[in-house]
Amino acid sequence: MLFELHRVSASRGGKEVLREVSLTLPEGASCVAGDSGSGKSTLLRLLNRLADPDAGTIAYGGRALGSMAVLDLRREVALVPQLPALLPGTVAENVAFGPGLIGREVEVGSLLELAGLPAAFAGREADRLSVGEQQRVMLARALALEPRVLLLDEPTSALDARARDRVEETLVDLRRRLGLSLVLVTHDLAQAERLADRVVRLESGRVVEADGDRRDAAQPAGAE
Amino acid sequence: MNAASDVTFAQVAATLGLVALAVLVSLWQRMRLERGIAVAVARSFIQLTAVGFVIQLVFDGDSLLLVVALIAAMALFGAFTARRRAPTVPRAFVPLLVALALAGTATLVLLVVLGVFRPEPRYLVPLGGMVIGNSMTAAAVALSRLGDEVTASRREIEAALALGATATQAARPLVRRSLRSGVIPLIDSTKTTGVIFFPGIMVGLLVAGAAPLDAVRLQLIILYMLLGSVSIASVTAVVLAQRSFFTSSHQLREPASPPAAARG
Repeated sequence: MLFELHRVSASRGGKEVLREVSLTLPEGASCVAGDSGSGKSTLLRLLNRLADPDAGTIAYGGRALGSMAVLDLRREVALVPQLPALLPGTVAENVAFGPGLIGREVEVGSLLELAGLPAAFAGREADRLSVGEQQRVMLARALALEPRVLLLDEPTSALDARARDRVEETLVDLRRRLGLSLVLVTHDLAQAERLADRVVRLESGRVVEADGDRRDAAQPAGAE
Repeated sequence: MNAASDVTFAQVAATLGLVALAVLVSLWQRMRLERGIAVAVARSFIQLTAVGFVIQLVFDGDSLLLVVALIAAMALFGAFTARRRAPTVPRAFVPLLVALALAGTATLVLLVVLGVFRPEPRYLVPLGGMVIGNSMTAAAVALSRLGDEVTASRREIEAALALGATATQAARPLVRRSLRSGVIPLIDSTKTTGVIFFPGIMVGLLVAGAAPLDAVRLQLIILYMLLGSVSIASVTAVVLAQRSFFTSSHQLREPASPPAAARG
């Protein structure tokens, strides 16, 4: 099991946003769906320890999350936050930021291509990109960490339908090519069902529905 | 008036005429600053007279221990004052106190070691006061900016943390911008000194009858000294204070609401 949450409660801004949530997220693609304020983004932040729960336990790959070195965890379980979250500077600086922290160099061009952007984007200023392009740069930036799991917070909420479809295609492709596990947070239940093997629905900080393994139904086209 | 030591209370009282002008402007423009001006005049009179007596005592005592005690008291008071100017920085008092104490100590020790001044109360006390005062202003500006930067850049900071940055690495761009805002005002005033304005020490010496070039040399020493001390204070305060925004697990803390006194 990828993540196991047991009676997890968490607050944000002094308000309790997750209440005794217990759920499991298997390897593959999982989706946490819910309306704004349902606690889904907070749940994602707990999974790479941008925040810690007030109560309850979270395990990752069978190990307590708190027992892992937090910086190693964040490289292995990479978060793609909501827009806008690019750092000032060029696209290349953004993509190379994470690996650069540990003295590792990366092929920016090939990472951009992996995320669905031409390699020529490397020299562009991050604040001059369209939202769709920003989303893909954030994806490339997370992929540069060579993660095992991608946490995606509303990856298409700022995009139009065409750009959304293309990002979804990229995510399916990444999963197939790199064998990544995805945990996706969205308010769009239809998207959840298109992309995920398992869908968990949150409402006011509680799990209201957790469907079974939908692996057969949601297996991306072309996957083995 | 031939020398500074000849200044009488009657002359000081005469300058209240200029204060009266300030009050008149406030009344005319309905600035409602009359009360503030009155409090400022009364406080400056009481505080400076009191500190004059204290400095006289320290000079008479001719003891370096008394100098240290006086500078420690100034650092303490400075840290309290500066903390109020940076209400969005949690637990800012200790970083400010360490910053002011370090800036004061390092600057005075260097001045003595470099042979600029002798280690006597008549030099160390006024210089210490200037160092602490200027360091307090710079550290408060830098910390206040740091608080604003953290509030405005939460997404940027958390994006860096999510990519495996430590708290120090994630805060580095903000720290850099905060430090610049603490030190730039003094760099600017140092650049324009002698052209746009005459600094206080030089004016004081000239009024007291010193030769202009002697006054200039002392003023230069003071300006260069302050550049060093303000940098030490700003960097110490900001580097220590930035930790309070993060947990030991490199998580950005939830913003704390400012103390009630600072909100109004």
